Amino acid sequence: MQLDSKVPSGPIQDAWDKHRFDMKLVNPSNKRKYEVIVVGTGLAGASAAATMGELGYRVKVFTYHDSPRRAHSIAAQGGINAAKNYQGDGDSIYRLFYDTVKGGDFRSREANVYRLAQISLNIIDQAVAQGVPFAREYGGHLANRSFGGAQVSRTFYARGQTGQQLLLGCYQALERQIHAGTVEIYTRREMLDLVVVDGVARGIVTRDLVTGKVESHAAHAVVLATGGYANAFFLSTNAKASNVTAKWRATKRGAGFANPCYTQIHPTCIPPAGAYQSKLTLMSESLRNDGRIWVPKAAGDDRPPAQIPESERDYYLERMYPSFGNLVPRDIASRRAKQMVDSGHGVGELHNGVYLDFDEAIARLGEDVIRDRYGNLFDMYQKITGENPYRVPMRIYPAPHYTMGGLWVDYELQTTVPGLFAIGEANFSDHGANRLGASALMQGLADGYFVLPNTIGNYLARLKMTPVDTGHAAFADAEREVAEKTTRLLSIKGTRTVDELHHELGSLLWHKCGLERTAEGLKEAIEEIPRIRERFWNEVNVPGSGETLNQSLEKAGRVADFMEFAEILCRDALARDESCGAHFRVEHVTEEGEAKRDDEHFSHVAVWEFKGVGEEPVLHKEPLEFEYVPLSQRSYK
Amino acid sequence: MNLTLHVWRQPGPQASGRFETYRVEGVSEHASFLEMLDLLNENLTREGKEPVAFEHDCREGICGSCGMMVNGIPHGPDTLVATCQLHMRKFNDGDEIWVEPWRATPFPIIRDLVVDRSAFDRIIQAGGYVSVRTGSAPEANATPIPKRVADEAMDAAACIGCAACVAACPNASAMLFTAAKISHLGILPQGQPERYGRVLEMIAQHDLEGFGTCTNHGACQEACPKGISVDVIARLNRDLLVGTWKEAGV
Repeated sequence: MQLDSKVPSGPIQDAWDKHRFDMKLVNPSNKRKYEVIVVGTGLAGASAAATMGELGYRVKVFTYHDSPRRAHSIAAQGGINAAKNYQGDGDSIYRLFYDTVKGGDFRSREANVYRLAQISLNIIDQAVAQGVPFAREYGGHLANRSFGGAQVSRTFYARGQTGQQLLLGCYQALERQIHAGTVEIYTRREMLDLVVVDGVARGIVTRDLVTGKVESHAAHAVVLATGGYANAFFLSTNAKASNVTAKWRATKRGAGFANPCYTQIHPTCIPPAGAYQSKLTLMSESLRNDGRIWVPKAAGDDRPPAQIPESERDYYLERMYPSFGNLVPRDIASRRAKQMVDSGHGVGELHNGVYLDFDEAIARLGEDVIRDRYGNLFDMYQKITGENPYRVPMRIYPAPHYTMGGLWVDYELQTTVPGLFAIGEANFSDHGANRLGASALMQGLADGYFVLPNTIGNYLARLKMTPVDTGHAAFADAEREVAEKTTRLLSIKGTRTVDELHHELGSLLWHKCGLERTAEGLKEAIEEIPRIRERFWNEVNVPGSGETLNQSLEKAGRVADFMEFAEILCRDALARDESCGAHFRVEHVTEEGEAKRDDEHFSHVAVWEFKGVGEEPVLHKEPLEFEYVPLSQRSYK
Repeated sequence: MNLTLHVWRQPGPQASGRFETYRVEGVSEHASFLEMLDLLNENLTREGKEPVAFEHDCREGICGSCGMMVNGIPHGPDTLVATCQLHMRKFNDGDEIWVEPWRATPFPIIRDLVVDRSAFDRIIQAGGYVSVRTGSAPEANATPIPKRVADEAMDAAACIGCAACVAACPNASAMLFTAAKISHLGILPQGQPERYGRVLEMIAQHDLEGFGTCTNHGACQEACPKGISVDVIARLNRDLLVGTWKEAGV
């Protein structure tokens, strides 16, 4: 596996300009000769499909939803970063670049991050022109807020629904191209395999979720915009259908998978209420601006919070981190909450959360101010828990939320399989070992609107290949494999449901490869996963047939892939014998108890090559160099 | 709590459907309505039966996938929530609950509670956008927009496309959905160049899909999980009138 990052030489400030000039262009009249497949219609997929359609390529876009607008980007609450410096508070492209590299704990590629910061400006312009109703000041100009511990206000937002509004912008641009006939959409189709001919990506195999029909689609290039894999843990903030299948199929066909162990756990989610819990709901991180986090000092203290006097409360973040207090980064806040719960200080009926208390803020600012700032979040909390957070402290607990790892891509967003591109959360490119708040939307749209539509031309313009259509034997082979797997899943008729088995895998991952990881625990997980996988294939019961809408079958196929993928997730976490960002190995802590990097041995991207189910994958490394942002240790004391 | 459910079961688009009665026991009041259906489906699967098909994804009220008639009310007895945010504490032990799919001719049933809402996408395709080429946008702050205007646009833009408005309407009109988009874009300066063409195209598509006309019942506003007001329909009607005159050269 060759890992050529294709990072342009010369000063980082000019790299993207220089690269755009160096890339070959596709003649406008030739663009319609090229077909491009885009899988996924979130921010990255919809924006890429719309832009490429507009440029003149023939685009086919696929989603397993009934409409492109359902993609999980829709659920992003907080906002989108851009280095506009509208507040005049010292922001710049360079500062956004610097913050992102540092926030990623020095495990991302500098040139990619710099380009992201540059493009952030264009994204806001584009979204506003589309009619995205960002928050405004009374003077009519765009409003900003500070987010996720940033020292400047660079986050643009549309109430608590920024992801929704940005996605609707992309969705509408996409629907416009569908209307114009440049993009053809296939809804309720799930990609179940990638077709590679002579080492080059040439198409996909899908299943029609309504009729069960397995279909082949050929193209000159394939773009995966299929999101993250946090649902490997079963309970996460991801939508129920979010899955690893498309990326994992690509991995099995030769694409390298980068940094799977970088999984972000969000500190402020509502804790599970019972065994029936199907997913976890995130409460915006902004709540930590005014809420104080605490647990009872005495383990097992079951008194209602109001009856616990101040002297018997432990405001542990304020105690441990006097200067940042409740605003420490996500990974620290998450880890400390888990430690409190694990040591018996958890609150609520199930002792599985910590308090986020607004009592003092309400006393200081008044209930109206708090309602104005967080009213919609408080309402949401009350709807879910039945408790009134104006009177009783919220209960929160960390939950898997975002995955920085993904398919390895070069500077042009091309994977190790020529002709296969990955964009948005599906690639590994920009966030290193930890993503900053309000940066996911930025990256998805940068990739989709501004990077990929340029770089894909450089691939297509150089393409000299024999025509391949779906009649090629590789398509028939892939279709057969997909059909066989479906038949196999339906024929087991065991005694356990898909969810039960997914729960089993998720619980193992959460305990052994979640917030805190140890070599011992990871080795146990690597031994246990094949056993769970075997149980899955012997004991699962998938009711119904393959010729109709069958949601159990869809779920079973996705869980089957998580069962295989989980192994490289744990192997990566074991191989990365350091702590960095969201990856916390208990063996590697600073004297202050924080993540301790080992730059000498681990300043690289870990890229895994699939060798077969149950076989040990091969690790390749892309070295990372830091020319512009000096390596340093984070400190939030 | 223990419940009796009457759920609409229909194996496919062409098959005939009927209510099936199920007993669900030991439901926590903290569970969501969809988690209660998960419990039913786990039980059905263990009994070797086929689970109830229903659409859902984000389970936090923003993707718009879920939606069903619960005791004859779109998204059930709570207000300002999608079905995924309806919690069982809104019900009592021993309740009988009737669960049906959205009923409207333009939404053919695919299976059980799953309907085909692609008509909504086609209404947007007809004109629910601002035509702006990627990269050709002016500087974002070049056009100041009063906060009041931006807020009003955001109120309309909050629509999640769940189609509860159609399900609630005695005419199966999709006017609230269509008007929400027309208002969102028609209020903002960016939407002005295409404003009147947009309304004509979108309404033509709305009618072509077989949705009924609006007769001001207001049931859509009551059912909307995002609280979108029927004011948007008044705005649509005004733009439709002006657009029709302009087209006729009046």
